[in-house]
Amino acid sequence: MTPVVEGRAIVQNYHVPGSMLRKAKTVRAVKGIDFSVQKGKTLAIVGESGSGKSTLARIVALIDAPSGGQLLIDGQPVDIAAKRPGPEMRSKVQMVFQNPYGSLNPRQKIGDVLTEPLVINTDVPAAERRDRAKAMLQKVGLMPEHYNRYPHMFSGGQRQRIAIARALMLNPSLLVLDEPVSALDLSVQAQVLNLLADLQDELGLTYVFVSHDLSVVRYIADEVMVISKGEAVEQASRDEIFANPRHAYTQQLFNATPVTDIEAIRARVARRKAARQGAAV
Amino acid sequence: MSLLTIRNLTVKFATATGSFTAVDGIDVSVDRSEVLAIVGESGSGKSVSMLAVMGLLPDTATVTADEMSYDGQNLLTMSANQRRKLIGREITMIFQEPIASLNPSFTVGFQIEEVLRINLGLSGKAARARAVELFQAVGIPEPEEKLKAYPHQMSGGQCQRVMIAIAIASNPRLLIADEPTTALDVTIQKQILDLLMKLQEDYGMGLILITHDMGVVAETADRVVVQYKGRKMEEADVLSLFEAPQSGYTRALLAALPEHATGDRLPTVSDFFQEEAPR
Repeated sequence: MTPVVEGRAIVQNYHVPGSMLRKAKTVRAVKGIDFSVQKGKTLAIVGESGSGKSTLARIVALIDAPSGGQLLIDGQPVDIAAKRPGPEMRSKVQMVFQNPYGSLNPRQKIGDVLTEPLVINTDVPAAERRDRAKAMLQKVGLMPEHYNRYPHMFSGGQRQRIAIARALMLNPSLLVLDEPVSALDLSVQAQVLNLLADLQDELGLTYVFVSHDLSVVRYIADEVMVISKGEAVEQASRDEIFANPRHAYTQQLFNATPVTDIEAIRARVARRKAARQGAAV
Repeated sequence: MSLLTIRNLTVKFATATGSFTAVDGIDVSVDRSEVLAIVGESGSGKSVSMLAVMGLLPDTATVTADEMSYDGQNLLTMSANQRRKLIGREITMIFQEPIASLNPSFTVGFQIEEVLRINLGLSGKAARARAVELFQAVGIPEPEEKLKAYPHQMSGGQCQRVMIAIAIASNPRLLIADEPTTALDVTIQKQILDLLMKLQEDYGMGLILITHDMGVVAETADRVVVQYKGRKMEEADVLSLFEAPQSGYTRALLAALPEHATGDRLPTVSDFFQEEAPR
């Protein structure tokens, strides 16, 4: 089966211009990454800040053109530097950003937020746009009456639902999610993750899910790619990578992730007690 | 005897639409060399109650309490001058955004030496030498060089180390850390938490750690207070809290951790806990 999205040796270089005091230099943000995601699956891209994971997400979402390599959507090579993607391509790939406070225009009503992708990319008449937007609000767990409200009237979790609704308005096949839950409280995070899982089942969506949080990745991913300094250091199925992390960097990430396991807490409390008694003697 | 005791603390904010109660009758106490975690989601009042202790709330806030005392001294009736002798010396605080907590216009060396000058009366060479020592204590490599750096020339993790160095400069007996690792990557988070725990043990400080992250609680706390909408839901030692949580809200928080997911769906707070506990 053709993968929904495939990247072949994707490279991204940023050119930092020099000045009187500084020499020009090239930052190699992504250094040749290969990946592919099958329909209905989730690829999680894991890494720390500066690893290039968001750069890669922007390339997949057709926002930035890569400096090298090839991106294929549904088996078709796409080169946005050579040719602007048309409405059809835009409808296939949509993105949800990290910060729902920044990704919604505070002066735009929710109805306009949701219908704008249709205005730009389709010739659906106004009445139908409105109906579709209201239906989409319900689908993401909001209400049709929210249509005429402004973003500031919503909580962070609700705003992220709105951002997801906007991304789904064009019936995309691929959703690129850049840290979609890291700005949310734990209980709200759970609701949004549940929503994403439900939507994936219902609509057969394919996700590229960027995250730094391994516990979230463990819940949502099918495949995991760990990237560090622009290189994919490890790529495997979720079960494989969590059972047996091979690369030193992956192991380091796992070791740094706090554990809420009872036995681990018991051991820590005992260690601390022993250290204290040692100090008192 | 406990180091900090708060009984029935209430903080109200005057807003355009009337009074809003951010903290509603909270009791908190910390012993010497104890690590207390205060856990809650946004809006739980976990930061506001500690800002009340520090006297950092804006004028629109009204603070009332039956008792708020530090080491036997009453913080409620104390004069501003007396209070200033405690705050920033005996009780210090670090915040979530390390880069925003530092002044971008001055070198980090200037900022730590300022604290040493004002709070400890050190000057010139003595202040410089102590600043170098403190940078070494918090694990900043090449301390002499780094003192000349501006905040924007350092990473988030290093800025947080600078903040910690400033906070421990006066050998405080109580350090309040408000989400100290939330803005940081996991590997850096681990380094900062390890550092805080080491300093806490070395200096025998009381440490109050405000966080929303149950993982951080599991890795650091001796005792835990769980807050929700300005009220205390539960208080327990860390092991009992994770082993046998008493309140529905705590159970919900623990169940919502993605690593505890058993089935296809993550349980959410509403599965466990009815909104608006009776008042």
